[in-house]
Amino acid sequence: MLLEGERDTILKTTSAVLAEHGARREKLIPLLQAVQEQLGYLPKLAMEEIAAALDIPAVEVFGPATFYNSFRLHPPGEHQFKVCMGTACYMIGGQIALDSFERRLQIKPGETTADRRFSLDQVACVGCCSLAPVVVVDNFVEGKVTPTRVDGLILSYESNGQKVEQDSQQTEATNTDEAKGEEGS
Amino acid sequence: MSILSATETKYQALREKAEAKLAPLAAETIIWIGTATCGKAAGAVEVREAFKAELKNKGIDAEVREVGCMGHCYAEPLAVIAKPGFPAICYGKVDEGLVTRLVDDFLINDDPCYEFALVALEPNDVFPTFSDFPRGVYENKMILEQCGFIDPEDIDHYIAKDGYSALAKALNTEPQQVLAEINGANLRGRGGAGFPAGVKWEAVVKQVEKTRYVICNADEGDPGAFMDRSILESNPHLVVEGMIICAYAVGAGHGYLYIRSEYPQAIRRVQTALEQARERGLLGKSIMDNGFAFDLEVFTGAGAFVCGEGTALINSMEGKLGMPEHRPPRLSTAGLRGKPTVLNNVKTFAYVPLIMKKGADWFKNTGTAESPGTAVFALAGKVENPGLVEVPMGTTLRQLIYDVGQGIPGEKEFKAVQIGGPSGGCLPEASLDIPIDFDSLKEGGAIMGSGGIVVLDEDDCMVRIARYFLKFTQQESCGKCTFCRLGTKHMLDILTAITKGEGKLSDLETLRELAEDVQVGSLCNLGRTAPNPILTTLQYFYDEYKAHIEEKRCPSLMCPDLIAYFIAPEQCSKLCNACVGSCPVEAVYTRDDGLKAIDQEKCVKCDNCLKACPIEYNAVIKLSPPALLAEKEGSTK
Repeated sequence: MLLEGERDTILKTTSAVLAEHGARREKLIPLLQAVQEQLGYLPKLAMEEIAAALDIPAVEVFGPATFYNSFRLHPPGEHQFKVCMGTACYMIGGQIALDSFERRLQIKPGETTADRRFSLDQVACVGCCSLAPVVVVDNFVEGKVTPTRVDGLILSYESNGQKVEQDSQQTEATNTDEAKGEEGS
Repeated sequence: MSILSATETKYQALREKAEAKLAPLAAETIIWIGTATCGKAAGAVEVREAFKAELKNKGIDAEVREVGCMGHCYAEPLAVIAKPGFPAICYGKVDEGLVTRLVDDFLINDDPCYEFALVALEPNDVFPTFSDFPRGVYENKMILEQCGFIDPEDIDHYIAKDGYSALAKALNTEPQQVLAEINGANLRGRGGAGFPAGVKWEAVVKQVEKTRYVICNADEGDPGAFMDRSILESNPHLVVEGMIICAYAVGAGHGYLYIRSEYPQAIRRVQTALEQARERGLLGKSIMDNGFAFDLEVFTGAGAFVCGEGTALINSMEGKLGMPEHRPPRLSTAGLRGKPTVLNNVKTFAYVPLIMKKGADWFKNTGTAESPGTAVFALAGKVENPGLVEVPMGTTLRQLIYDVGQGIPGEKEFKAVQIGGPSGGCLPEASLDIPIDFDSLKEGGAIMGSGGIVVLDEDDCMVRIARYFLKFTQQESCGKCTFCRLGTKHMLDILTAITKGEGKLSDLETLRELAEDVQVGSLCNLGRTAPNPILTTLQYFYDEYKAHIEEKRCPSLMCPDLIAYFIAPEQCSKLCNACVGSCPVEAVYTRDDGLKAIDQEKCVKCDNCLKACPIEYNAVIKLSPPALLAEKEGSTK
């Protein structure tokens, strides 16, 4: 489901990346990393282009793209929630935070809401175990996240984003729980 | 060799230049902010900006600089103020308010605000230093010594503190002598297995093939371990220098630092370090005018735990799936592109310059006979002072947890310590006197691993922690070996059933059998060690498994399917709505008589109402097994 104009962007980016890094088999992972850095994810089209340029079957590109954790096959959301699943966070409520996000956004880790506003991911330890459980929102770290805070986070990003009203059929969000968002612990 | 070789002359020049550049700093007021990833997460960037703004507003002449991580995670963000006339003082948990206060009281007037100070960095008459605390007594910082005290983005800071002198010394001797020194020190690889680094290097030297590589393994994937990241972010040149010395010893011309993509700041700082080293002739065609040529580059890993395994790492560098291969051939015979390759962990390389500088005997003075040197741990979980610690090998787990980490917070009771991450094991109270070294831990059922230590207290369920680590290895299993791919999946299914109260006692026997099969049927250490968390918890915490199976009860009140939340009517205030408001799924409601109650059908066991209930009522309680609920509810209706 590419948006308008996306096809061109993908083709242009991919050929630029190929020109810069050189179309060599050994460069496959740096190539995929460069495409993802510019587009935010690995579209199927880009992987096919790279396979053609390296003269290898597409499956040899899909393989690494799905094998390694840092590649994502879905476009990232405008705001990204990354729930830390390091040991300390998990033991103290990381799973609870992740469940709360799944429940509110109606997506699973690795996915993006249909309106591409939010995406949800799990990450391994981000190295601030003393703030556990931790959620990284875009590039900011939120410590000691409870389900109440999850509601608050989603709500605050929803009202910050200007597109709230034009998107009526978005995922089941926190509209009904607005009043609760700020209360509690 | 002349008295002053070209290398020494070159090093002297570098050193003098660095010292001349830094000398004026001693007379200036400098504010150092710890901005490693952990510091940034706690708000170090905001603190840095606040200092800059305050200094500008009040027209004070002082410099704000960034350093790496000192290892005191519990007190982040940290700021050190070095003002001429005062000892350098470190402040913990700095926020904008404290910034204003410090600028007004300390920088403008001369009151160092000791009430907010954490520690002084140099001996003085007024305020204690690190060595005055129990942690300082047990800690012995070798490779972390400069972390947090030098600017990782300025090579001159490293050079001025004797940096790269070990390289100059090495280049002035023969490669065999360097090798002899490392062998003499019995430096064992810090990636977890403890294989002697010198033996690896020697194997490469013996090869006929002259194209050789040196690779630093910084694919630190254990959840809860961040020592390598911290070293690369705080003192990258130490690792770079170690790698150059290694390359000289084994005759390698090119090297790579394989850093995982989750560590963007480490990648950036290492790249800066490599550029600066190149500018000063410490990397390149003729290092320190010695004629020895070597260069380094960063390879960004794509995120796969199994790539910490040598052969898988090499495969991923060649653009393939990161799957391990049969050994032999070892990497020392056929590594990257089929050429002889040295692959060592970040910490192993970090010890190399120190051993070259101070000698093998100095290194062997610390630690135990079989495991000389220090061990670096990321201490986390239920301890008062989590953080990055470096203690001599042979320190006991008890000292590490109670003296260095200051024990368990609250009135809680110690239950277990998980050491070595997904490949390690959980050790109980009775094992706390095991000394930390490669061999003793193995006997105890855990492994040294790369150094993550998580302390667990009475609120942590051992079945759940075993399941957590198994889920991790199951997801990260590359799928090559059947036992690892399917065995871990089966074990996970059994554990999941147990945490849901659907287990049978015979499952425990199946678990043990599967664990043994996976151990022997897997090619690499990911699979061979994956059953460790289960085997150790089964061995030491069998009763907990039994309670889950026979009584459908989670003794630590942690497994969501085996607990129920209940609001005790005799404690509920009726007038307070905290629990109702806190519930994300509207399961908590007000009964007709004003008391609060929980609709068990809707409850998602998120713990929010328990946290929200004011401490003076403490009305929300957890029950396990959930069957107790009927009894309780019966008595209130």
